[in-house]
Amino acid sequence: MTNLSPNLPPDKQREMLRKMLTIRRFEERASDDYLAGKIYGVVHCYIGEEAAAVGVCSALDHGDRIISTHRGHGHCIAKGADLKRMMAELYGRQAGYCKGKGGSMHIADFDIGMLGANGIVAGGIAIVTGAGLAAQMEGKGGVAVSFFGDGASNAGPFHECLNIAATWKLPMLYVCENNMYAAQTPAAATHALSDVASRAAGYGIPGVVVDGNDVFAVYQAAHAAVERARSGGGPTLIECKTYRWRAHTERRGQPDLRDRAEVETWMRRDPIAMLAQQLCEQGELDSAGLQAMEDEIAHALEAAVAFAEASPFPLPDQAVEDVFAS
Amino acid sequence: MRELTYNEAAVEAVAEEMRRDPKIFYMSTDPIPPLLKEFGPQRIKATPIAEAALTGMGIGAAGSGFRPIVDWRQVTFCFVAMDQIVNQAAKIHYMFGGQVTFPILFRASVGGGGRIAAQHSQSPYSMFMNVAGLKMYLPSTPYDMKGLLKTAIRDNSPVISFESGRLMTSKGQVPDEDYTIPLGKADVKREGSDVTVVALAWLVHEALAAAETLADEGVSVEVIDPRTLVPLDADAIRSSVQKTGRLLIADEAGPTAGFSAEVAAVVTEDAATFARLNAPVRRVCALQVPIPYSPVLENHVFPDRNRILAGIRELLAR
Repeated sequence: MTNLSPNLPPDKQREMLRKMLTIRRFEERASDDYLAGKIYGVVHCYIGEEAAAVGVCSALDHGDRIISTHRGHGHCIAKGADLKRMMAELYGRQAGYCKGKGGSMHIADFDIGMLGANGIVAGGIAIVTGAGLAAQMEGKGGVAVSFFGDGASNAGPFHECLNIAATWKLPMLYVCENNMYAAQTPAAATHALSDVASRAAGYGIPGVVVDGNDVFAVYQAAHAAVERARSGGGPTLIECKTYRWRAHTERRGQPDLRDRAEVETWMRRDPIAMLAQQLCEQGELDSAGLQAMEDEIAHALEAAVAFAEASPFPLPDQAVEDVFAS
Repeated sequence: MRELTYNEAAVEAVAEEMRRDPKIFYMSTDPIPPLLKEFGPQRIKATPIAEAALTGMGIGAAGSGFRPIVDWRQVTFCFVAMDQIVNQAAKIHYMFGGQVTFPILFRASVGGGGRIAAQHSQSPYSMFMNVAGLKMYLPSTPYDMKGLLKTAIRDNSPVISFESGRLMTSKGQVPDEDYTIPLGKADVKREGSDVTVVALAWLVHEALAAAETLADEGVSVEVIDPRTLVPLDADAIRSSVQKTGRLLIADEAGPTAGFSAEVAAVVTEDAATFARLNAPVRRVCALQVPIPYSPVLENHVFPDRNRILAGIRELLAR
């Protein structure tokens, strides 16, 4: 794993671990509650990919903007979203981020620059490119980040937006989380080239491949891309090679056609365990410290669930509110 | 007052609003020369021909505090951006619980008559009327164009400005002073007592011509221009029909699940209005076909003053 200890304060390194662990525990709880019937519809887990969201968002400022995908809990937490309002949204309650109108696939928090999880593959790329355009027009050095998967890199808006962002030198990071599968379909079956990042050459921008399970490698690439974007250098395409541990969704009986040996190989490269081990080896964390972190997260999650359960469901008539802005 | 064309009225509305509000900027594949000259390339952006990207970027900029205008030019060009229009622009204010607003104006010319065939001639507004979360209008005069467009730019929801291709060079009186026209308010273009004609855009003018002919025969035709499609001014249509007892709807689009069908439903599902009907509701629409090229074919597909006239005569014969 990349060693960034000379550059990153220990507090920040521990914070990265805490965020990754929070994402994992949040999703484990969401999955359990989904299977228990307390959360509805569909839940897509990000477990195994936590280093990508946290590595990138750790290189951002509060005012920078991001957009996410149907697999969006990790990006929300990495950008600083409130677990209580997230859980309340999953529970379909009034106190949720979207007043119960969005659910797992549509959590947004514009106050922290989280422009929404988006249920349409490649649907968010153009929207966040517009946020990058806004940042450029504001002229305050803000950047915008598009998170998307390997599947979205084959859709038209990816190419349209990379071309525009490159031409207009928009302050953008395009972060492809390549987990090797578009739902069930292996990337090799739908991509002519093995690296999504190599497509950057077609738009004259940097394309970087990083180990998406190495949070410091992701951070380092993102930090360089953010500096380039803030200084007017334009966009960067970063490809995080990673892997989703769970099936495409948490639905009971959801088939997982992937080779078990492949899944297990990737699970042995657990981004959280790798980071925890490195912090311990560097003397920045010990087992008591890790346990304290686990306890703190468990407590926060219990509070989030209690908050969600205490929040009333929306009133039926609220279905007709917010169709248009007032 | 001075005389402006329909297109000049639109450009003037955009320019006045851009002078008033620095958050407004404009994206289109071909910048409009007078706007580019006055506001420069930073606010009048020439874009690649990539409507999905432009539409989405407009949404993202709107959600980030700007007020973008995205000009699709021909409405048929926006079909490559349908995900951004339907799944994103229309839904995200609602889907995110109204956290922020998305003030964005889309412009698109509609209709036919230009001999440019199916992929450059269409009136697909009812496709968009069917999607919750979009407001839209289609003016028939330069006066209405300017007043509605200014209102739409100031609205905090996504609004589609449908603009009649046939009427771009048509002229009309426009006040010198600032004015706006509210969305959702129909205009009575001619008062009458025997039959109501609800028409849009070019067909407002054809309906007025038919009304003039019938006036000579002692028939009094009321012509209602809804102007706004969403929200539709159902009250104005119903009260006119309650007065006349007869309704003809003229539309440059085909009839199937169209604007005309919506107006017919608004009238007939209202008990008070239904009770006053003396004849079945009559629709005079384009034929339900893609728009053909040859003038003989295209003219046959679209309704005009003669078909409106014939339709009114049938209603009166009952």
